[in-house]
Amino acid sequence: MTLGSALTLLQSAGELGLISALTVLALFLSYSMLNVCDLSTDGCFTLGATVGAVVAIAGHPYLSIAAAMGAGIVSGLITAILQTKMGINSLLAGIIVNTALYSINIGVMGNSSVLNMNKTVTVFTKTQDLLKKVGMGGQFKLIVAAAAVLLVCIFLAFFLKTRLGLAIRATGNNPDMVKSSSINPVFTTIVGLCVANSFTALSGCLLAQSQKSVNIDIGTGMVTIALASLLIGGVFTSKRKIPVQIIGMVLGSFIFRLVYTVALRLDMPAFMLKFVSSVIVVIAISAPYLKQKMPLFKRRMSLRKEGGTV
Amino acid sequence: MLELINISKTFNPGTTDAKKALDSLSLNVENGDFITIIGANGAGKSTLFNAIAGSFITDSGKIKLDGRDITLMSEYKRARQIGRLFQDPMRGSAPGMTVEENLALAAGHGGWLSSTSKSDKKKFRERIALLDMGLEDRMGQQVGLLSGGQRQALTLMMATVNPPKVLLLDEHTAALDPATAEKVLELTKNIVEENHLTCMMITHNMQSALDLGNRTIMMNSGKIVFDVKGEKRKCLTVPDLLNEFKKVSGKELDNDRMLLIDD
Repeated sequence: MTLGSALTLLQSAGELGLISALTVLALFLSYSMLNVCDLSTDGCFTLGATVGAVVAIAGHPYLSIAAAMGAGIVSGLITAILQTKMGINSLLAGIIVNTALYSINIGVMGNSSVLNMNKTVTVFTKTQDLLKKVGMGGQFKLIVAAAAVLLVCIFLAFFLKTRLGLAIRATGNNPDMVKSSSINPVFTTIVGLCVANSFTALSGCLLAQSQKSVNIDIGTGMVTIALASLLIGGVFTSKRKIPVQIIGMVLGSFIFRLVYTVALRLDMPAFMLKFVSSVIVVIAISAPYLKQKMPLFKRRMSLRKEGGTV
Repeated sequence: MLELINISKTFNPGTTDAKKALDSLSLNVENGDFITIIGANGAGKSTLFNAIAGSFITDSGKIKLDGRDITLMSEYKRARQIGRLFQDPMRGSAPGMTVEENLALAAGHGGWLSSTSKSDKKKFRERIALLDMGLEDRMGQQVGLLSGGQRQALTLMMATVNPPKVLLLDEHTAALDPATAEKVLELTKNIVEENHLTCMMITHNMQSALDLGNRTIMMNSGKIVFDVKGEKRKCLTVPDLLNEFKKVSGKELDNDRMLLIDD
């Protein structure tokens, strides 16, 4: 592999890794902090992409970002209300919203399942124009994505230190304590899911605009891909301070994409992405459990060798 | 101060498992009272606390705090005025958060989007130093690393960092080893005295039920069957209490964890 192709590889992993890091950060808030596995992530990611695309095509590149995030907040609000106010199991609430969002997304795209943004002005094309003047036109995707991730990371690091952030963390960390404290778990769950889903939608919006097209499948499997990245990032930083954990999430996302791009180079077919991410999630979540069971398993095996029954 | 007027609660009503856990119970808690509560298993002691704290809404009756009707108020709103400690030391603090973050959460100073101020941090440190457990040097450590006794002491600090109108202690030393239990009990006594808190404490230790506080009540089948304070209480001994129980319930006081004599 030449240096040039290695750099291209790093750059494409960087771009994709940073954009999906926004979804990883969303799951960091909902899954790691609030302890809610938000299965509306796929639909919300696509919602951000479709809303962002439609508003950008209408000629509002900056507003498209805000609109996508706003749509994400509404989606998160509905998921949260279903599980806190209407007695629906939190996993089921996510699945229901995810299903409903499929229709919404087709509707947003005007009864179509694909939108093209080849000639659309977006934050990416604007940045590209700016960077061309200083001769860095090729890096525009990386720079926009990095800026978005940086802003979200800084926001999250401060947010989780505020009184509201502490309350959200406590809600996920010890529900028993929160139940008998002056924190209203309904409120913290709603705020947490709204903020998280705004990041997911932002992630979808930026991915669609960077690849200049959106289709209805753009978010399929995102929740598993993001969980895999989150768990990879958590391997290094799970017991550290919050800001370190946040950086770990971005790193995890980058590592996941890097491994994936390298695997593609080594002739792994592209359609294997989702399979690989599923396997990573299974390994990462089950490994600690299996490790704990290992001593018992070993004892059973040795007993069996000695001719005992188990 | 805290008035309970004819409160009742039946669990699983209309089924064969129906259980009347609180039976038209009335109690008037005076400002500054420290009431110890004893009774057999299933007498309704914890249910009484759940009713006061709002873990469930009572079927009938009224609950008033400082003259204000809180009968239908939700649990988290009551929690601003009612502090509570449980038997399980793991229940009162968030293990994945630091000592300082737990205290900041309990103090709840400032707006939702404000972070813990330097002066608050200093205050928390000073307060936690009162425990004399060395926790003031572990403010940045996760609470999950502390022992049960340390966590219960921290929970006590969290419950009283904003002095509540009423402090409910539900056998909060029962899961600790004897030495730690004594220490946490001593701390409780000091904090209650310093802040002139109104306090109710469920205990299975008959001796401390008489030693601590200014009033003792005994519960049986969802009712208060014995209520003693003042001079009469001072002369009371543990055998007197047991006799009293036998008189009102017609049987021996049976509680597998009850300590009949001082240990």
